[in-house]
Amino acid sequence: MNKVLNLFKKSDIKTTLIDNAMYVILLTILVVVSILRPVFLSPNNLTNIMMNASIRIIIALGVSGALITRGTDLSAGRIVGVGAVIGGTLLQRPDYAAKFFPELGDMPVVGILLLALTVTALLGLINGLVISFLHVPPFIATLGMQSIVYGLSLIYTKSQPIGGLKTDYTYLASGRIGPVPILIIIALVMMAIMWFLLNQTKFGKYIYAIGGNEAAAEVAGVNVVWTKIRVYVLAGLFYGLAGFLLAAKSGGATANYGIGYELEAIAACTIGGVSTAGGVGTVQGIVSGVLIFEMLKTSLQFLGVTPDLQYVAIGTVIVMAVAIDIRKYLTKK
Amino acid sequence: MQHLDIILAMNHISKSFPGVKALDDVSFHVRRGTVHALMGENGAGKSTLMKCLFGIYSLDAGEILFDGKPVHFHNPKDALNAGISMIHQELQPIPYRSISENLWVGRYPSKKILGLFSIVDHKLMRTKSLELLKKVHLKVNPNTALKELSVSQIQSIEIAKAISYESKVIIMDEPTSSLTLQEVEQLFEIINNLRNLGVSIIYISHKMEEILRISDEVTIMRDGKYIGTWQSKELTMDKIIKNMVGRELTNLYPPKTNVPGDVSLQVKDFTSTNHRSFRNVSFDVRKGEILGIGGLVGAQRTELVEGIFGLRAVEKGEISLHGRKLNIKSPRDAIAKGIALVTEDRRGNGIFGVLSVRDNVAVASLSDFVDYHFKLNNRKLNKLAEDNIKKLRIKTPNTKTRISSLSGGNQQKVIISRWLAVEPDVFILDEPTRGIDVGAKYEIYSIMIDLAKQGKTIIMISSEMPELLGVSDRIMVMCEGRLSGILDKEEANQEKIMELATKYM
Ligand SMILES: Nc1ncnc2c1ncn2[C@@H]1O[C@H](COP(=O)(O)OP(=O)(O)OP(=O)(O)O)[C@@H](O)[C@H]1O
Ligand SMILES: [Mg+2]
Repeated sequence: MNKVLNLFKKSDIKTTLIDNAMYVILLTILVVVSILRPVFLSPNNLTNIMMNASIRIIIALGVSGALITRGTDLSAGRIVGVGAVIGGTLLQRPDYAAKFFPELGDMPVVGILLLALTVTALLGLINGLVISFLHVPPFIATLGMQSIVYGLSLIYTKSQPIGGLKTDYTYLASGRIGPVPILIIIALVMMAIMWFLLNQTKFGKYIYAIGGNEAAAEVAGVNVVWTKIRVYVLAGLFYGLAGFLLAAKSGGATANYGIGYELEAIAACTIGGVSTAGGVGTVQGIVSGVLIFEMLKTSLQFLGVTPDLQYVAIGTVIVMAVAIDIRKYLTKK
Repeated sequence: MQHLDIILAMNHISKSFPGVKALDDVSFHVRRGTVHALMGENGAGKSTLMKCLFGIYSLDAGEILFDGKPVHFHNPKDALNAGISMIHQELQPIPYRSISENLWVGRYPSKKILGLFSIVDHKLMRTKSLELLKKVHLKVNPNTALKELSVSQIQSIEIAKAISYESKVIIMDEPTSSLTLQEVEQLFEIINNLRNLGVSIIYISHKMEEILRISDEVTIMRDGKYIGTWQSKELTMDKIIKNMVGRELTNLYPPKTNVPGDVSLQVKDFTSTNHRSFRNVSFDVRKGEILGIGGLVGAQRTELVEGIFGLRAVEKGEISLHGRKLNIKSPRDAIAKGIALVTEDRRGNGIFGVLSVRDNVAVASLSDFVDYHFKLNNRKLNKLAEDNIKKLRIKTPNTKTRISSLSGGNQQKVIISRWLAVEPDVFILDEPTRGIDVGAKYEIYSIMIDLAKQGKTIIMISSEMPELLGVSDRIMVMCEGRLSGILDKEEANQEKIMELATKYM
């Protein structure tokens, strides 16, 4: 009898571990690195990680809508770049010597933010239209957009790096409200918005429905075309904001900002349990996916792993993490 | 020493899923060369028992003896190799590949080239496929992609595949749920041949007439428990129902208390853009009326109602509701105008497998649950789901359960709930009781009659004669895309329906 009970318990612990694999992995990384390098736990370092993660979280949230509807968005990173170069070129210090637009006066930060968001939402809209009306598979549609946007950014910036951003703008990244960096607050707000949209609105339910079974969604009266378009427009807005903040954080911008971010975002979403088969994904999952990714990168630096080896380690962890996490979705026998 | 003629013995099997005890100490014995029917209400555990046998689920407790020896199948491949094959309730074809490839996937006939590399022997595969197709009376080219076939043809392919394994036991989980009468006859002939060859068939179905005709023995389950095994000879329909439901069910159909009123829905000269589909179909349906649509597979009944619902392109024709002309371009338009459709293909365009029961119920009526123009009222949504679970007696641990873990019949009830929530004026149901047990059928008929009593218009496509005759006020029959006649309840009978169903053939 006792033996039976024991067995039962063991398998219970195992399922609990597997069901929460992401959090277990996150915790393990934290514990191991803090033991080896106690500085890792310094408030300074943790804040730093969180600030890096903030921008990544916003991008991952943007791409998640596309993933849940069984789409994808390879143009994410380059659209982040667009947000960055718009912010960078239009919000330089008035007295900066190498101004991109020498004639330009002092522009308001909020105004330029809105401009950047309009442009990136428009790019998202084009993605959505091409995918919904021309029926181009999202992979190809957004791959095309990736290339187009990058080209346009290079043309716009004349391939020059942009610096000398004004302090109102960089304050977005360096400033704090009380002890909390503004960047983190913005990320929290975006998480809340996305959570609300996904869980508390028709739009969110339709996103899951389309990902779960597009034909059934059509029959149930879901406006599939319109919903998908909105998903990509929303994504554009998120990328635009992320790019705008990225430039503020680094005090400058080039057209190369954001390159490759889409793949990290997609990987982070998948690590966080967003199913590539569609219909599944939560904000909590996505955020922990990004955090794992960022923790890992920083940990490796802390442990003194060479950059070359870091690539190997990150790749391994992505695959392993998803392999472990996917257990809970495999039919339980 | 067990009886020598027992090929399969499942003893004291138990199996739980989170929140449900699907099997509770079930024993099940099958004799060599017999057809053994397995019966029970939706969610009784029939499919689960078979999946345990087939190596899809592991047992929590119990043992399986096959041919006298204990066996442990870890996956379907083990079971197939041992001599057990299964035709699943939910078919799983590979739509874009050919019939041949679907038949032989996982065990392609191969040949050696240069005495070294093993490659697929397409010629042999074709010959063997043709042989098999002949056995199931299918006259199609084995190179046809599966997506070109009808559901019933795919069903036959599955049967052919099961035969090809030369198994000693073949499990058929509701094999006739989408077959025509003629196809059922062919299946029975195949089953008889197999039985004569000493093969045992485990036959799951909700159709009493079939069970009484084809089976030698019947085992009945209820709520995951074993109730008993009988010789089919000693059984009657009433006795089966009593053991399945656990109480007397005196009537198969509720009393028809609805009274048809004025004409509500008018369809005029409805013609598909596809010239092989429906054409020049005109009919009226009244408020408070249940119009049955009969016909053989291929009569284009599904296509017609999908056309009305905006799912298929229409070349010409008019629909009006309460005298007003409707312009329906998409299901969204149809729903907005008060038309609902429970589609035939539950898995294809009915359920959202990864979503919860609640979200599956609510998806078509979300607009009614929005506060301040954008926020969903989750409390009301939960209540909607809970009310429907109670009203339709849906067996599910809770509203958050994924619909894919419900039994087939319970999934169907969830879909019906979805459309009830829309409160349509015109409720179209395409084979609404497919795969549904007697008790639940009665409930669905009651719902239909109730809606009719409230003045709604009901259209029901059904391939089951008794059902058509039992619930409809009028029966419209189609043949090869054309309307071949409309019968009043009083004059309708099986012969007249069959006659109309073959009128233009
Ligand atoms: N994978 C699963 N996960 C959780 N619960 C399950 C799973 N499969 C089956 N169940 C539950 O087990 C019970 C038995 O289901 P099963 O599919 O065996 O019923 P059934 O007798 O085949 O019914 P039907 O006639 O509707 O096909 C049901 O309550 C069902 O919800
Ligand atoms: Mg079943």
